[in-house]
Amino acid sequence: MKVELRDIHKSFGPVRANWGINLAIPPGTIFGLLGENGAGKSTLMNILSGYYRQDEGRIRLDDEFVSIGSPADAIRHGVGMLHQDPLDFPPMRVLDNFIIGHGGGILPDYGEAKKGFHELSEAFDFSIDPQAYVDMLTVGERQQLEILRLLWLGAKVLIFDEPTTGISAQQKAKLFEALRRLAEEGRSVIFVSHKLEEIQELCSRAAVLRQGELVGEVEAPYDLDQLVKMMFGKVVSKGVRTDIDRGDEVLRIENLSLEQGRLEITDVNLAVRKGEVIGLAGMEGSGQSALLKLCAGLIPPVHGRVVVSGQDMTGKRYREFLQQGVTYMPASRLEEGLIPGMTLLEHFLLTREAGGAVIDWEKGRELSRRQIQEFSIVGRPDTKVENLSGGNQQRALLALLRPDRELILLEHPTRGLDIESAIWVWKQLKERCRQGSAIFFISSDLEEILDYSDRILVFFGGQVSDPIKARETDVEKLGHLIGGQGFAGKREQVRR
Amino acid sequence: MTATEIIIGLSGVIAAAAPVVFATIGETISERAGVINLSINGTILLSAMASFAIAVRTDNLVLGFLMGMAVGALVALIVSFTSITLMQSQVAVGYVMTLMARDTAYFLGNPFVGLSGPRVPAFKIPLLGDIPVLGPILFDQDIMTYLSILAIIVAWWWIYKTRPGMMIQGVGERPSAAFARGANVKRVRYIYALVGGTLVGLAGPTYSLSIKAGWKGTISGLDGFGWIALALTIFGGWDPLRGAAGAYLFALLQWLGLVLQPVLPGIPSQVMRVAPFPLMILTLLLVGIGNTEWVNRTLAGLPDDARIFISRTLRFLQVRPPTALGEHFERE
Amino acid sequence: MKRVLQGLKSLSFPAVTVLLALGFTTLVLLTTDASPWQAYKTLAIGGAGSLRQVMNVVVAWIPLLIVSMGLLVTFAAGLWNIGIEGQIILGAIFATGVLRYFQDTMAPPGLAIFLAILAGALGGALWAALAGVLKTYGGVNEIFGGLGLDFVATAIVLWLIFGPWKRPGIGSMSGTEPFQESLWLPMFPDSRLSPWSLLIGLASIGLIFFLLRGTYFGLKLKAVGQNARAAGRMGIPTNLYMMFAFIVCGALGGLAGSLQVTAVYHRLIPSISSNYGWLGLMVAMLVNYRTIWAALAALFFAFLNIASVRLPLVLKVDSSLSGVIQGSLVLFALMASGARNRWLRGDEERSS
Repeated sequence: MKVELRDIHKSFGPVRANWGINLAIPPGTIFGLLGENGAGKSTLMNILSGYYRQDEGRIRLDDEFVSIGSPADAIRHGVGMLHQDPLDFPPMRVLDNFIIGHGGGILPDYGEAKKGFHELSEAFDFSIDPQAYVDMLTVGERQQLEILRLLWLGAKVLIFDEPTTGISAQQKAKLFEALRRLAEEGRSVIFVSHKLEEIQELCSRAAVLRQGELVGEVEAPYDLDQLVKMMFGKVVSKGVRTDIDRGDEVLRIENLSLEQGRLEITDVNLAVRKGEVIGLAGMEGSGQSALLKLCAGLIPPVHGRVVVSGQDMTGKRYREFLQQGVTYMPASRLEEGLIPGMTLLEHFLLTREAGGAVIDWEKGRELSRRQIQEFSIVGRPDTKVENLSGGNQQRALLALLRPDRELILLEHPTRGLDIESAIWVWKQLKERCRQGSAIFFISSDLEEILDYSDRILVFFGGQVSDPIKARETDVEKLGHLIGGQGFAGKREQVRR
Repeated sequence: MTATEIIIGLSGVIAAAAPVVFATIGETISERAGVINLSINGTILLSAMASFAIAVRTDNLVLGFLMGMAVGALVALIVSFTSITLMQSQVAVGYVMTLMARDTAYFLGNPFVGLSGPRVPAFKIPLLGDIPVLGPILFDQDIMTYLSILAIIVAWWWIYKTRPGMMIQGVGERPSAAFARGANVKRVRYIYALVGGTLVGLAGPTYSLSIKAGWKGTISGLDGFGWIALALTIFGGWDPLRGAAGAYLFALLQWLGLVLQPVLPGIPSQVMRVAPFPLMILTLLLVGIGNTEWVNRTLAGLPDDARIFISRTLRFLQVRPPTALGEHFERE
Repeated sequence: MKRVLQGLKSLSFPAVTVLLALGFTTLVLLTTDASPWQAYKTLAIGGAGSLRQVMNVVVAWIPLLIVSMGLLVTFAAGLWNIGIEGQIILGAIFATGVLRYFQDTMAPPGLAIFLAILAGALGGALWAALAGVLKTYGGVNEIFGGLGLDFVATAIVLWLIFGPWKRPGIGSMSGTEPFQESLWLPMFPDSRLSPWSLLIGLASIGLIFFLLRGTYFGLKLKAVGQNARAAGRMGIPTNLYMMFAFIVCGALGGLAGSLQVTAVYHRLIPSISSNYGWLGLMVAMLVNYRTIWAALAALFFAFLNIASVRLPLVLKVDSSLSGVIQGSLVLFALMASGARNRWLRGDEERSS
C-alpha cells in the first residue's frame, strides 16, 4: 500500500513535534525514518497509526485521502504500528492478547484464532506458546506477537518504532528477516530508528527528521557522514577518554545471590574503586536493574555480602545506604526521580536540607538559583518539575545528586536526551569521578557503555559476565554476549 | 440445634447474602473497567429508600426495583462523569456521593418511615425445590435471590469468556493498549460503571422490598453493607466468583454470630454486630500483607525452605488490582 | 480588560458551584411538602437568628475545625483518613476515662480536665496509629482499615455506655452519668461555648498553617503525598512520615473528641463524634485542602448543621437537609474544578 503524508503539523503545547512534513512511501519496501531522540519520528508515526490526531495535514493511502481518527480507523485502513514498548496486556495469555480487538460475535472464535496464529507463526518461523502468559515473554517475543496480531487484522502498512531496543541478537536477526519478508509480500514497512547501522542494513530509502522537520530523503547506498550531518545539523565530538586515578575501594560484592520475581542472579563478585565507571549492559530485564537496586539497598540479597566503603551493608535498608554515601538515580524521571506538583525550589530544599525544622525560604531560593544556573536548567525556582522539558528534568535530577557521594548509581542517565545534552551530562559525571566518586550505570545504548565505562558487566537472563575492560572490547563482542553467546565459563542457570 | 434448623439457617444465609452479592458483583464489574465507585454504601441506602417509596405509592414491586436500578445508575453516572470526563479523583467523588446519597435518602425517606409496603414473595422452583437439603437451601427462595446467583454466573462468564468482556479486562489493565485495539476507553468505562451501578442499585430494594422489608430511616440497619461489599471486591481479587464466595462467607459468619450469641453470653450484642468489620480488616490484611516491603525484606533473610513456603502461601492469598484502577486515560 | 475577564473567570466557578448546589437543594425540597423559601428562611433563623444560635454554631465549629485541620495533614501526605470518626470517639472515651478516674478524688479539677484533654489526644493518636500500621505494615488501604476501626470504635462506646460505665440502674442511649460541674471546662455564661475550646480551635489553625507551609516536616509530608516513590528515593522515610501524619491527625481528632466531653456534653454519649469526622473530610475537599479556607468552610458547615436542627420542628422535614446541601456543594465544587482544568487547558492550547 502506498502511503503519503501531506504537510503534517503537530504541536504539544509550545513544542513543535512535527512541522510541515511531506513523505511518500512506496509499497513493497522497507522505508527508514531516521532521527535523534525527540526529532518527531514517533509523533509522526503515531499520527499515521491513529494514536494522535494531527493539527494540520492529510494522509493518503493508495491515492485516496483518508481520515484516521483512532487506531481502530488506522487498522481498518490497513495501517498497524508496533510501539517501542509493545502495547499488550501482560497479565493475560498470548492467545487472548491475539484475539482482543479482533472482530467477531459475542464469543471469541478460539478455533479460528488458533488457526490464524499457527499459520502466521509458521510463515515467519516464530515459536511462541499461545497458552503462555505475556509477562513471561521477552520483549522480542512480545514484538513477534504484535506482528502476528497486526497481520491477522489485515495490516498492509506496518510501522516499527525503535524495535531493536532491548531484544537479543538472534531475535534481531529474526526480526529483520521478518521485515524483509513483509516487504517482499508487497506490504509497506516503515522502520523508525536512531541507529544508522540498522537503517543501512535494512532500508532501501530513508527520510531524516530533525527537530520536528523533514531534513531530506536519501537512497541506499548511504553516505554515513552525510546522514550524521543531517541528523545532528553538525558533527559532534564526544570528547576524549581520560584516565582518572583510582583510589580506595568503594564497593565490594562477594558471592552475591539475589532474586527478583522469576529472575535469579547468583555468585556475583566485584570490587570497584574510587573514580571508576562500571557500565551494565544487557537486554532490559536481564538483571542489571536488580543488581543496581541491590547496590542501593532497595532489594536485599539472598546470599553473599555487600560492602560499601569498608562497611558491611548486607541486608541494610536504602536509607542506611544513603547515609553510607550511596546515591541512586532512577530511570523514570517523573515516577521515581522527581515529584510532580512540586517546584524546583521545593526539590532542592528536600534534598539539601539545612539544619533545623523551619524552612528558610530565602536561603532556599538563593541555593536553587545557584543550582539552576550551574546546571543550566531552563526554569525558575518556582517552576513545577512536570513543566520542565525532558532534558531539563534530567539536569534537575543531576543537580539534586548530593556532591559528596562516593557511589553513584544511575539508570539510563541519558535516555531521551539529545546528543549534546548527553555529552554535557557525562561531562558532569566524569567530574564527579575526578572528585573521587565511583559510578555504576545501566544503559541500553552500547555506544554509551563503550564510551564512558572503564569496565563493563554484561547480563543475560540473570547471568553476569566477568568484568570486561572497555578498551579491550567492541560493539560486536558485547552484542554477542548480550545475545547470550560466550557465557560458557559460567554455570548454566537460565530459567526460561 | 436440629438439622432442620441448620437448613433453614443456611437458606437464610443464601438470602441474606443476595444484596451484598449484587453490590459486590456490581463493584467488581465497575472496577474491572478501571472505575472505583466508592459511593455504594450511600447508593444502597438511597436505592432502598427510593424503591420502597415507589413501591408503596404505586403498589408495584417491579416499578420499585426499576427505581432502585435507576438510582444506582444515576449515582454511577455522576461518579463516572466527574472522574472520567472531568478527571477528578474517583475516591473523592465517590466519598462525596456516599454521604450525599445517604443524607438524601434520609431526607426524602422521612415521610415513608415505618409505612408497610409490598414484599417479594418466595417462589419455590418445582422439582429442584424438592431435592432434600439442597432444595430448601437453594431453590426455595425469592426471585431476587435467584437473580443474585444468576448475576454471579453471568458476570463471570461475561468478563472471562466473551469478546467484549475481555476488552473490559484490557481497559482496566492497560487502557493505552485497549485503545490501540480499537476500544473507546472512556465509553467502555462509562458503560461498565453504569452497569455496575445498576447492579448495586438492586441491592437496596433487595433489602427494603425483601429481606428487611420497609424503611426505617437511620435505624434501617443498612448502613455499612456497602463498605463490606467494597472490601469483598478486593478480597475477591476482582473476580466475581471469589468475591461472591466472600459474600456468602460473610453472611454465614453473621448467622453464626447470631446462633452463637446465647452460647457466649459474655459478648454483648453491640460487639457481635460490628464483628464483620474487624473481620474485613483481617481479610484485607491477609491479601495485602504480601505486598509490603518489610515482609519481603524479612523473607529474604529466612532459610530457603521457610522462605519458599511462606512466599508461596502469601502469593496464593495475594490479590492484584487491575493495573489502571482509578487512573485517568487521555489519548495524548 | 484581560485582567478583569481573568478575575471574573476565577470568581465564576465558585459562584456557579454555589448556584448549582442551591438549585439541586431546591429541587430536592420541591419533592417534599415544604416550600424551599420557608426552608431557607428556617435555616437562616436557625443558624443566625439569635446570639444563642450563633454561639451554638461556634460550639459546633470548634470540633469540626480541629478535625478539618488534622485532616489537612493526612491529605497532605496523600492519605484518606476515613478512620477520623473513630479517632474522635477514642479521644472522647479516653477523656471520659480520665475524668471518671478523677471525679472521686481530691485532685484539682483543672488538672483533671487538662489531663483528660491530653488523654483524648493520645487516644485519638493511638487509634490513628493503628490505621497507620495497618496501612504501612499490613498493606490494608487506609480507607478500609480506618472505616473498620470507625465501626469498632462505635461498638466500644456502646459497650461502655451499656456495660462498665452505665448509669446507676440501667444503661441508656442518653449516655453515661454527667460529670459534676467542677469537671466542666469553664463556659461563657448561658452557653455551651468555652473560651478554652475556642482558643484551642483557633490555635489549631495557626499550628497547621505553620506546619504545612513553614517546616521541613510539612514539605516532606507533601513530597510523600505527591509521589511516595520518589520521596523514598530522596531518602525520606515514607512509612514513618505517613505514620506521623496519621498520629498528628488522630491527636487532633482525639482532641476534638475530648472537648466534646469536657466542654459540650460533660459525659460520653453514643453519637459523641456527631459525624464531624465525615464532615471534616468534606470540608477539606470543598476548599481544595487550603488551610485558611478550610477554617471558613468548617464554619459554614457548622452553621448548616445547627441551622437544620429546627427543620423537623418548624417544617416537619428531616434535618439531613444540611447533609444534602453540604454534599451537593462539595460535589459541584469537584465538578467545577474539573471543568476549570479543562477550560483553562483549552485556553492555553489556543494561545500557544
